[in-house]
Amino acid sequence: MAADTSQSVAKAAGADAGENSGAARGPSRATANGNPRPGRGLGRALATHWYAWAMVAPVVLVLGVIIGWPLVRGVYLSLTDANERNVSRTIGVRHIEATYEFVGLDNYTAVLGDPVFWQRLVWTVLWTVACVSITFVLGLALATMLNRQFRGRAAYRMALILPWAVPGFVSVFAWRFLFNRDNGILNKVLDGGGISAVPWLDDPTWAKFSVIAVNVWLGVPFMMVALLGGLQSIPGELYEAAEMDGARPWQRFRHITLPGLRAVSMTVILLSTIWTFNMFPVIFLLTRGGPGDSTEILVTQAFREAFIASPRDFAGSATWGVLILALLMIFALVYRRSLRKQGEVW
Amino acid sequence: MTVTTADQTAREKTARDEGARGKTARARGSRSPLASVGLHATLLVASVVAVFPVLWILLTSLKPAKYAITTDFVKEPNLGNYRYLLEDSHFLAWFGNSVLVAGVTTVLGVFIAATTGYAVSRFKFPGMKPLMWTLLITQMFPMAILIVPLYNLMGDLGLLNQPLGLIITYLTIAVPFCAWMMKGFFDTIPVEIDESGRVDGLNPFGTFWRLILPLAKPGLAVTGFYAFITAWGEVAYASAFMVGDENLTLAGGLQTFVTQYTSNWGAMSAASVLIAIPAAIFFLFAQRHLVAGMTAGATKG
Repeated sequence: MAADTSQSVAKAAGADAGENSGAARGPSRATANGNPRPGRGLGRALATHWYAWAMVAPVVLVLGVIIGWPLVRGVYLSLTDANERNVSRTIGVRHIEATYEFVGLDNYTAVLGDPVFWQRLVWTVLWTVACVSITFVLGLALATMLNRQFRGRAAYRMALILPWAVPGFVSVFAWRFLFNRDNGILNKVLDGGGISAVPWLDDPTWAKFSVIAVNVWLGVPFMMVALLGGLQSIPGELYEAAEMDGARPWQRFRHITLPGLRAVSMTVILLSTIWTFNMFPVIFLLTRGGPGDSTEILVTQAFREAFIASPRDFAGSATWGVLILALLMIFALVYRRSLRKQGEVW
Repeated sequence: MTVTTADQTAREKTARDEGARGKTARARGSRSPLASVGLHATLLVASVVAVFPVLWILLTSLKPAKYAITTDFVKEPNLGNYRYLLEDSHFLAWFGNSVLVAGVTTVLGVFIAATTGYAVSRFKFPGMKPLMWTLLITQMFPMAILIVPLYNLMGDLGLLNQPLGLIITYLTIAVPFCAWMMKGFFDTIPVEIDESGRVDGLNPFGTFWRLILPLAKPGLAVTGFYAFITAWGEVAYASAFMVGDENLTLAGGLQTFVTQYTSNWGAMSAASVLIAIPAAIFFLFAQRHLVAGMTAGATKG
């Protein structure tokens, strides 16, 4: 009995799918031929595209529930005065209702009117620009070297990729160990050379230098491998032709290598800018934003508001979050527009 | 018989000559000895900088804990730190938590994202552009914007301190990213294969399931590996959502060895080695595909 039912259901579903895909194939072929689609009703769109929509449905659903909803809620929280004491919570069996209130743009005026935000912003931009540019230059230099033929190339390549292969938080702890003021190997070596100990993580300026150094160390391998891939896709004939015309190495680099790397460079610079801007673990694990608050970037500040400050300021953290997102969106738009102007398709 | 061999040898020789000629052409003029020394010196220094911190941690983990902060490369090497880690700390619990969370996140993420990657690679449909943009933009979402709402949500659902809560949270990172990477891989599979499937009477789902998915296995593996590594190395959500010694993941657990007041560098270094070595070995095999997948997705988008 049960078997019968399931069979008939399966048959019906099969027939249904066949019908639909048949219907779908007709119009899509017509579109491929360049014919204008007749009729634009929702039913027709559904018949044409239902399989594509069915395929993306799980992701749309997941994105909606675990990203869309929290996002909306985050924006809402940034307009309230929610904190640890007035959100709904359960203590034992007693459930306490939320008592926070809508306060409009108060949080934004408070954050934007506070010099702390601007200090964090300046340092975050500085940190991002420094990390991305140094990483890019080093990555490009190493990729150019590794792109030549010579003995031991594979070994160098393997060694240079190693930092990328180690989970980030492990590397950061390793560096914390090396940077240790009294007992770290770096200071011991300097001591051996007669140089007094450097307060790597205990002095605001040195701490900034240290976090940038560690992030560059972490980021160079990815940059190098990506650019190496780009270099290998540049046809060798271009270089031969240029050499015939008497181009000097620098001219060849400037007029063949750099333009040839454009697409890859644009992508990796965009990616690494976003990653660095949001680079939580390096700052959080290496210095905890310190000494004082000198290495705190926007993202770690948002984390601090919600999870380290007392009382935990959920609304404030959400406000920082919204501002960070807004900054990144503006950056992406400007970046995209500048690419368009240069005729890149992205 | 002899003739064939001779013929073969001759052919091989020609091929070799051609190869050699190709090589000379590629080398673009020879390097002066000085330039050669410079090249090797630079790369050697860079390699030492890249390898030293990792090597130093490895060496430290083999020293007795009391010598952890000495500059000796090797001193009374033994496995005491590892014994401590496995017998007297919560390391195994953290490791288990991390494996569970990252593993389930990976499987779910790849599973959910695969069809989407295929759809955006192959079909043009209303809503595709916005979807692509959403996938791209959510990848650059800072955790700062989602962390508080997710924290409150997990609190309401009673999922704080539960692996399941962290898995759901990590899907916010894994799903957009997997879909984006899978698109890049599907783009590299010729469309002719889909067409032949259609000719044989398969519907789009059949084509995807029977023809494309088996071909995309390397892509699935690399995407999965990347998702795993991302979840494995995540720090912010793990630090905020998991408390209590046994519930931590590795990223949180390692922090307990090196707090503001105590520094158990011996245990820290041993734990680092146990976490890093398997990941590094696997990674070095997979890295070629990793970059290709990532930049392909981004440049062809």
